Amino acid sequence: MFQLRHVQFKDILHIENFSIPGQRVCCLFGESGSGKSTLLKMLNGMLTQDSGEVLYKNQEISSYDPVDLRKEVVMLGQDAVMFEGTVRDNLLIGRKFSGKEETSDQKLGELLNALRLGKQLEDEADKLSGGEKQRVAFGRVLLMDAEVYLLDEPTSALDVETETLVMDLFTNQLRERDKTAVFVTHSKEVAEKYADEIFYMNDILVSEGT
Amino acid sequence: MNEMLDITLWQLVSAYIFILILLAIVRWRKIPREKEIVIATLRMTIQLVLVGYVLMFIFENENWIYSVIVILLMETFAVYNIFKRTKKEMNTSLKKIIAVSMVSGTLFAFIYFDFIVVQFSPWYDPRYFIPIAGMLIGNSMTGITLGVGALIEGFSSRKKEVEAALMLGADPNQASKGIVNNAFDSAILPTINSMVGMGIVFLPGMMTGVILSGASPLDAIKYQIAIMLGITGSVSLSVIIFLHFGYQTFFNKRAQLK
Repeated sequence: MFQLRHVQFKDILHIENFSIPGQRVCCLFGESGSGKSTLLKMLNGMLTQDSGEVLYKNQEISSYDPVDLRKEVVMLGQDAVMFEGTVRDNLLIGRKFSGKEETSDQKLGELLNALRLGKQLEDEADKLSGGEKQRVAFGRVLLMDAEVYLLDEPTSALDVETETLVMDLFTNQLRERDKTAVFVTHSKEVAEKYADEIFYMNDILVSEGT
Repeated sequence: MNEMLDITLWQLVSAYIFILILLAIVRWRKIPREKEIVIATLRMTIQLVLVGYVLMFIFENENWIYSVIVILLMETFAVYNIFKRTKKEMNTSLKKIIAVSMVSGTLFAFIYFDFIVVQFSPWYDPRYFIPIAGMLIGNSMTGITLGVGALIEGFSSRKKEVEAALMLGADPNQASKGIVNNAFDSAILPTINSMVGMGIVFLPGMMTGVILSGASPLDAIKYQIAIMLGITGSVSLSVIIFLHFGYQTFFNKRAQLK
């Protein structure tokens, strides 16, 4: 799905050759500061490499319209950002950006239940706790029905039980629909439990001078 | 109606007693502001005397070139003033957009106001041309200054929100909608507030001037209503032009935040 060749980005990334397969759940695992988030942002077109090639479906990422690319390769950043408005607005905003039709309240309610969010669709999103916000952000991405999902530490604010619930829900849906996911985590257990493939950041990176 | 009373030089000098009172207060309270007060008073006096002579010359030698030069100077000063009053760092393209929106927004409103609303003739009659231009440009300057501040502040404090929206496939316009709307709101709020308080909380300077010059208050309010509407138009137009192009300078061609 993605191929990186001779990629250099500032002093942060230097990757000689690296591929991410499609229709798989992949995990980027490594220490903080090793460039995992930078790599995800590059795949989502939020950052452009200084040199080298980043290919998506065998085509250089910069040859795609960046906004169209991000509708297909969506990314959930480290911070669970809430936009102005209600829980409903926040769940639907991703679909709105990509021009997809709204989801019915019934389905949204089911999603809230599945994410164990005891909240109403009309509740102000800003008043949610950190963990609740992260689940809403997760639900928002899940609703987008994208081709590729890039998730940067999507469960960092959740307790183990909720993390298991959310990750089960997510990975099951992806596998059912044959989608691709790349997620970043600090937790070895999460990586081993949910990923089809684990990439260790240190193995991907080429240190200076080699 | 009576002609305006003349104030003799000595009467005018006697008004400076208010400044002496102010100086006495700050000295007594040990507030270190004496220098600024003296400088401000001197500047106000000298600037107004100079403007008085310049306007007298322009009024006596009616010529379109003088009127145009004055409006160009006002625009230049306004743009310069926005740069100076914006404490945050600005990129060059944002500065260009400030200049273009300031000039185009105010000129458009000004031309409409002069040719459709007031319809004075000749079109460059400095008695109308200069004060009207001054009011439109001055208010738009304040509007854009507030808009610039709110836009830059918005992109710095709501950066994560913009990024999160972009990551989900929003285009820069969608991703910065909240910031742009908020900046527009802060920019036009003073104009809306001044319309609300007009006539009750204060008598605006223009109306006071017209009344002092001997016109009936009813004529004065007609001018005041017209100019207030003109100001609102000029502020909204220049601010929306600024914001429409201004937010784009925060993104590069790859729709990434700079």
